[in-house]
Order: sequence, then structure tokens, then C-alpha cells
Amino acid sequence: MSDLSSKDSSLDNLFRRDPRAEWIARNRLHPLHGEMLHAGSGEVRGPSGLLRKNPHVIGFIGPNGIKRIDRANVSSAAVGGKKRSGEAKEVQLPLHIVENPDFYIMVVADMVGGRLTGHDKDILGLAHQLVARRNGAVTLVCFGENKETQCDLAGVDRLIHLEGAEYEGFAPEARLTALQKIEAQYKPHHWLFPDSVHGGTDLACRLSARLGERLAAQAWQVNAEQTVCRGASASHDILRDTPRILTLMEECGDAIDETRHQVLPISLDSIEQVSPAVVDKGLIAVDSNAVPLAEAEFILSAGNGIHNWDQFHSTAAVLGATEGASRVAVDDGFMPRSRQVGASGTWVTARVYLAVGISGAIQHMQGIGQCDKVIAINTDAGCDMVKRADLAVIADSEEILAELTRLAQAYSSSKNQEEKSDAA
Amino acid sequence: MQPSVKVVSLVSVGRHPQSGRSRRAEQDGRAVELGLKLASAELTVVHAGNAQEQVLRQYAGMGLLSLTVLEQESDCDAVPVLVSFLQDKRIDVVLTGVRAESGESSGMLPYLLAEKLGWPLVPRVADIISIQGGAAEVLLALPRGQRRAVTVKLPFIASVDNAAQEARQTAFGPGLRADVKVLNVDSVVDEAASQWQISAAKPRPKRIKVVKAKTAADRMKAATAKPMGSGGKVMKDETAAEKAQAIFDLLLEEKVVR
Repeated sequence: MSDLSSKDSSLDNLFRRDPRAEWIARNRLHPLHGEMLHAGSGEVRGPSGLLRKNPHVIGFIGPNGIKRIDRANVSSAAVGGKKRSGEAKEVQLPLHIVENPDFYIMVVADMVGGRLTGHDKDILGLAHQLVARRNGAVTLVCFGENKETQCDLAGVDRLIHLEGAEYEGFAPEARLTALQKIEAQYKPHHWLFPDSVHGGTDLACRLSARLGERLAAQAWQVNAEQTVCRGASASHDILRDTPRILTLMEECGDAIDETRHQVLPISLDSIEQVSPAVVDKGLIAVDSNAVPLAEAEFILSAGNGIHNWDQFHSTAAVLGATEGASRVAVDDGFMPRSRQVGASGTWVTARVYLAVGISGAIQHMQGIGQCDKVIAINTDAGCDMVKRADLAVIADSEEILAELTRLAQAYSSSKNQEEKSDAA
Repeated sequence: MQPSVKVVSLVSVGRHPQSGRSRRAEQDGRAVELGLKLASAELTVVHAGNAQEQVLRQYAGMGLLSLTVLEQESDCDAVPVLVSFLQDKRIDVVLTGVRAESGESSGMLPYLLAEKLGWPLVPRVADIISIQGGAAEVLLALPRGQRRAVTVKLPFIASVDNAAQEARQTAFGPGLRADVKVLNVDSVVDEAASQWQISAAKPRPKRIKVVKAKTAADRMKAATAKPMGSGGKVMKDETAAEKAQAIFDLLLEEKVVR
């Protein structure tokens, strides 16, 4: 029964025509014509007795949510059918419930920037394939800040979130201690790690060496019995029994998209940390323009809307952003060709892309398809870049860049003062 | 750099990505290069495997006077022989590549050595800046061209990333003249690996975009709609300072401004 009603709600949004009502509305000699025409809207006369037309009831909302006025067939429109509600309703996916799980599968996610990456989501999907309808719980283990709001849609049944100063920055030894604790407490069936440079491989190798279990590296076809993994610099496939610890390549499984999951936090006994042998001294400032554009993390990109180029370069330097440009800026000779972002330039993978004065031609939008957060500064509120952006600012680029420079300088000077006072 | 630092670089046989011929492995070459920078002529280069392998001459051609080979068959495990070789010597730094270009290439070797020897491991090193007073200052290569500085006490094991200084050109003649010291070791056959079925790599299928739409209108929309963000925040009437502040807050939240 509930299944039927959920189907109905998806059809609710469809625009339904009533051919009979339309036919009656067209046929002025039909006995029901008058009633049909005035059913929805009565005549409204103004104070002076003039007939008032309400422009809002003319026409109907088409399937795309755009208003349509059927001028060829005026009268039928008013009677047409029920109006489509503007926004599609949020569909509530069925909840996948795991009570008292018999076993756990641990997924240790990279969580680059505090969010699940596509790679992490694929691995969560694969973990559910390994559970295979038994009563097992896919558990996400994440370290540090967790900004992910859609863990339930990614397939997380249980969550172990380890936060604290000891896990920040470069801390594989502290993380390994935590994983050992999890191993002792929950004895998971499998440990799944992303085979990535973001620390997944490193942690997997450390755990494998500590537990004395041989891992399967670069696995890409995994089921409960057998695993195919790449070897010899990806020139061989190795078919072997599925071990307990796996590092998985990208697109190893399909991400969860049809169920919601519980995301219940599970407890972990307190962990005694020993002081690490490798001491983190923090990130080193690198020349942001020496970083290849394709792998830069933060790009400040300039387009036709930039007039003060000296200011643009200085802002990029103060913010520590890698410079990019649209095709127009490159063609006009303000930026080198190697800085062009888009179809005939570089396809970038930045986490944050700040587009200044770029309206967003489709070739440019292709180039920034993989960017996580896009910020637009533009004078035209209707351009494609503003539609794509997570934060759009409608203003002249020059004054916003000036303000940004001022803010960045104030921030860095306050930080320097803090460091000085810490040292003192 | 003090000459007293004792550095060992572990090398393996590489594989050219296009032709598949054996070659000097990319990361192992860098490990030798970094070792030469730290210890110059004092550097010990060790290979576990076939002593007749011609590729070893390419490593030797980088300016090595000698090369140590722990002779064993190709189906043997390299870890136990390397542990017994490294254990009783006073070694400060062991350098390896991140992942071998032949065999299983799991990248586990440095981790297993570190675990067996009880030494700390520093993964993906871009450079070793200094070694002073029993501690080393090491630069790690992070993704997206970032670098992190760490300090570690000697002795330690480091795996060398592709971001490290490129290996120098090898000279053919000096490579042939270099001395290859062969040590006889008790090798252990890797039993688990003999169970595996190894075949040439199959190309991985491209992921197909599946549209799970229920109605024709939804399918049409999925096929024609431009990829759009999920409707971001638009700031129009605020002052320039407020707008800039909003942008800057987002940059701080995403931790791209440090």
C-alpha cells in the first residue's frame, strides 16, 4: 500500500490535460461551456466597472516549470488541468536498517577537505556488495573534521569519527593506533582503504604490516571469495583469494544511490597515544604558480571582467592561489596560454575555483567540471558562471579584489602576531 | 652534509611503461640520487635478486663504485633477506621507491622492513634537507604539489616519491666497471604468491552513466540539462566589504587560505 502511494506522489507532479474539459471550453455551443469557463476564475470588475484581467491566471506551468501561454487556443488553457507544483518534491529513499550486526566492514575514508570523495563513495558501495544481504554493518572510519552531510545517502551504517589534535595534519602513527584499537574491539571482516595518495595507501600498508596480514593492493574487482588486483606497475592482473585488508582503485564499485542508511555513531574505548616518532612541522609554503594548473588546489581565474591586471596578480599572490584564465584573457595577451582553463586549455581539479569576471562559456564550464566549490565574481547576475557557483557575488571585480586583498593581509598579519606571542 | 651518515638505497628492476622492457626503476633511481646527495661515495646500493641482471649496471652507472646483491630466485621474498642484511649494521637511513614496477608492486616492502626493524617510516619523501644530531629534517611530497616538513630520529626508512630530484643520467662504461658484490643468503620462497593466477592486465571498462529516471520527462531532462550546481547563494545588494568577507569566510572554511 505504501509502495503505491509513493508511486502516486511521483506522478503528482506531472502536468495532466483534461481533453474533455478543453473540448468543452473550445465549443461555445456546448451546454456546459459557461460553467467550465468560469469554474476557476470568475469575472472581476474594478471600482469603475471595468473588466479586470488577472495576468497570473493566464496560461499554465509547463513540464519544465516554465509558464506557457497557449495563444492559439486561449480558452482551453484556463481549464487545462491542475497546476504543476514548482519544485519537484524531495524523494525520501527507503531506509536500510541494520540491527545488532553480526560483523563489521570498516571503510577508512580519505575525506579530503572533510568530505567524502567519489573514491570513498565507490568503496562504501563495494562494502555493501561484500556484505551481500547478510546482517553486516558498513562502518565509516574518519579522522579529523567531518563536514559531510550526506553520509546516510553514501551508505554509512555505522560511523566511527575520531577527532582531536593528535589526528590533525601528518599523523599516521596516531591513526594506526586508533585502527589497532578498532581491530581489537570490533574484529572487522574486512578493512577497505582507497588506493590514493591522500594517505589511504599509507595507512593500509601500516595496518597490514602491524597486523601481519598480507593486503591486496590496487584491487579493482572484488567479491567475497576472489579479488583481481593490478601488479607490476598495472601491467598484470593478479587473481587471488580476497584478503582481510584491501586497497581499492577508483571506480571499483558503484556508489549507493537507492537507499538511506542509519549513520549510527559507535563507541570506541579510550586510546592511549604514544608520542610519534615522526614529528609534523607543518606545511611548507610553496610557490603557488609553480604548482601545475591541473592539480592546483585553489585557483583564482581571470576573464574579460578584469581591467586592473596588476591588482589581480597581487591578489593571487596574497591569497596564495594559482592563477588561471579564460580564453578571452589569454587571447588578449594578458595571460600565457599555459594558464588557460577549459576545453582547449587545462581541465582543472581544484577544490576551490574563484572565477573573477568570467561569464562561463560552455567550454570553460567543461574545464571546471571537477571543481568542488566555485565562487563567481561578476557584474552580470544572469550568466552561466553565477548559476553554477556555490557563492556568487554581483559586483565590479576591482573593488571586491581590493577588499579581498585587504582581508587576506589583515588575516596573515594577525596570524603572524599570534605566532610571535606564542613564541614569547 | 656530514660524511658520517650511513645510507642504504634499495633498488629493484623497473619496467618501461610502453615497451615493457626492464629498465632502471623511476623511483628507485631517485632513491639512489637522494642517497648520493646524502652520502656521496659512501652510499650502499642493495638489490635482492638476480646478480646477472643487466639493469643493475644502469644503477651502477650513476657513479657507484660497487653494488651489493643478495642473490636469490625471482619467486623468493625480499623482506627476510633484507632484514637480516640491515639488522646488524649501523645504518642511519634506508631509501626505497614507493612501489616497485615489477612483481606484486604492493608498496609494502618499506613498511614491512620498518615493522621488522622497529624503525620509523617516512612515506613519499621529496627531499631530505639535513641530518644533524641524530635527527633528520625531511620534506614530504603531498598531493597537489604541497610539501610538509617533518623531523625524524635516526635510523629511519623513507620511500622516495616522484617529486624527488630526478635520477642522473647513467654512464655505460663506469656502470660496466663497477664491482658487483654477491652475498649468499638464505632465501625464503613466497608461498602465498605462488597460489596466484597472473595474467596480462585487462583494460578496465569505462563507467557508463546510468539514468534511473521513472518518467520520460525526467529522462529527457537528464539527457539535455546542463550540469548546474545546486543553486548557490547569490549576493547582490550587500556592500563590497560584506561580499568580500563572505568570499573570504568560504576560503577559510575550505582551508585554502592558510
